[in-house]
Amino acid sequence: MRLRKGEERYAAGLLTPAMLIVFGVIIIPIITTFIYTLVNIDPLSSHQGEFAGLSFYIRTLRSSEFWADLGRTLHFTIASTALETILGLLIAVLLNQKFPGVAILRSIIIIPWAIPTVVNGSLWKLMLNGEYGVINAVLEKLHLISSYQSWLGNPKTAMWCIILADTWKMTPLAVIFFLAALQGIDQSIYEAARVDGAGALKSFFSITFPAVRPTMMVIIVMRTVEKFKAFDIFYLMTRGGPANSTKTLMYDTYLQAFTNLNFSEAATLAYLIALAVALLTLVYIRLMRREENA
Amino acid sequence: MKKSILMICSGLLAAAMCAAPVMAEDVTLTALFMKQAGYSEDDVNAMTAAFTESTGIKVEPTFVAYEELSPKILTSAATGGYDVILGDCIWPAQFAKAGLVLDVTDRVEALDLDDIYQGALDATKYEGRYYGMPWLNDVKYMFVNTELLAQAGIEEVPATWDELVADAQAVKEQGICEYPIVGCYAQAECLICDYTCIAGSFGGAFVDENNQPTLNSPENVAALDFMAQNLANGLCNPKSLEMIEDDVLSTFAAGNAVFAINWTYQYAAMNDESQSSVAGQGVITPIPGTDQAASATVNGGMPLMITAGSQHPDEAWEYMLFLASKEMQAKYCANALPIWKSLYTDEDVIATAGEEVVAASQVQFDYIVNRPMVPYYNELSVSMQSEIQKVLLGEKTAQEALDGLQATAEELAGK
Repeated sequence: MRLRKGEERYAAGLLTPAMLIVFGVIIIPIITTFIYTLVNIDPLSSHQGEFAGLSFYIRTLRSSEFWADLGRTLHFTIASTALETILGLLIAVLLNQKFPGVAILRSIIIIPWAIPTVVNGSLWKLMLNGEYGVINAVLEKLHLISSYQSWLGNPKTAMWCIILADTWKMTPLAVIFFLAALQGIDQSIYEAARVDGAGALKSFFSITFPAVRPTMMVIIVMRTVEKFKAFDIFYLMTRGGPANSTKTLMYDTYLQAFTNLNFSEAATLAYLIALAVALLTLVYIRLMRREENA
Repeated sequence: MKKSILMICSGLLAAAMCAAPVMAEDVTLTALFMKQAGYSEDDVNAMTAAFTESTGIKVEPTFVAYEELSPKILTSAATGGYDVILGDCIWPAQFAKAGLVLDVTDRVEALDLDDIYQGALDATKYEGRYYGMPWLNDVKYMFVNTELLAQAGIEEVPATWDELVADAQAVKEQGICEYPIVGCYAQAECLICDYTCIAGSFGGAFVDENNQPTLNSPENVAALDFMAQNLANGLCNPKSLEMIEDDVLSTFAAGNAVFAINWTYQYAAMNDESQSSVAGQGVITPIPGTDQAASATVNGGMPLMITAGSQHPDEAWEYMLFLASKEMQAKYCANALPIWKSLYTDEDVIATAGEEVVAASQVQFDYIVNRPMVPYYNELSVSMQSEIQKVLLGEKTAQEALDGLQATAEELAGK
């Protein structure tokens, strides 16, 4: 539909504030950040302001620290996304059954998701405390440990503790998505399968799973991207420690910018993270399209 | 008509976004403070109210956790988001080189500098210039639970690390305390503070007199080996690796430690029955030493600084002077000792701060070690925190870690 001259001016007038906001808080920072990756912006360096070309990208990609950070980021991303998706599906299947109290359960399952990350991180940090944490107390009572352990002070367990805290908070989101998908399945299909002699497992893998696959793809895409960029929970629970065992790419970006004042290194890391997230999203979109065409 | 109104509204909205609110007639300063250790929020609010009452200058103080201070300053200093900021003693070099704070050398030199402790003055200095008004005067001390020590038949508080280890072994062997020593060894600045104290008492330093890195000196290696050894043999609490200062305090206050290094604020907290089960059992003493040094502590001084973007530097300085005045420092010395030497003979100050604290400070102030006052310190500290933790976890030897850190420091110094 073609707009008249007056209508065009009217539309432009209405759109201007929104465009100014988009331009001011998204477009300009994206361009400025990209410029920072090419020019040395480090007020503590004698090379401040000098054109650096692609040297920041080359230096970062050659750094063993970058790859170690990436490895830890992928560890967190893959493990917590997988756990949330599997647990989310299982809980959703349970909550899709008819039994007394299911309505209450469906309501309270949302509570962890509603808790702010700041509260969640602090809560788990307290519960995991090596001196007085309730998790140590419970495990000791159950004779699963002989003495209180430093879960967040041990490089072998610290990352898994963060994964646990994040999974607890975000699984309800997956539950809601899966529950919505499950409720769209026609119950007569299950009845027909039962008549044909299909058991519970056969019904799950032949009816439920194919029906929720598109939803699962959406959850995986959303959560992978979010987790790759996770920062707050690391900042709250471990600050990258112990001995860098929970230092991810996002946390290193924060350190470069706000501790080291090395804005070019930080901008380069930020662009590499954005690139990785874009690549992951592209892969997922292709997979989703293949699903749709199948 | 409706279209016109909508157009006008959207135009006004766009204009409002571009316009700056600069209509205030009176001067209102904004100030950024820390929420933990040192002066409490109530103390600062009371001091600020007294300042406004006497000068008419309004001040809006903001309080954030220590970890939030630096990011807030870095993102706002250039534009004057805050007029007055509380900074750590490790920041003036970085802030000065980055042009984030004002050089106030002339203003500071007009004060009676002989009456101010050198540690507090050092906390504001970079390359001979002053970048702030000394305010918080703090160092770390050794806190000892003498009642637990007495249960092991030990009456004397240890003066050397050898004595402390022997005492800790006796306490542990007699089953009085599982882990007699506790430290704040989390991957954070507190780990470097503790290491500075211990390395200093072994005769070590992180830079020489020309600010050149000396991280892998034999003294520093010996000190780090000592810390790792105490963890390995179970004298030091393994959970120290996740602890910051408040965790050390709570462990000590729960009676689960005999020896703890911490800032002055632990004294009041550990003797407060509402939050401590060991009230009256602990003493504050200078940090032990070795043959190389009788004691050593870390400078924890925090100056008040004026941001480069402040529109009211004169009023900001007036406010800083007021907060650091003898009157205010004497009145609120329960949580932070004064910067003024002359106040340490004031009976009211001794009574408020605690006789034992004042006595310990008079010894400990003679053994202050500064963390490197170089612009790249923060970046070096981040590397040090993870490398030192690797040694404490047994993943690296002290020599390997400190050799690596020496190379890092030399690279950063040449940046």
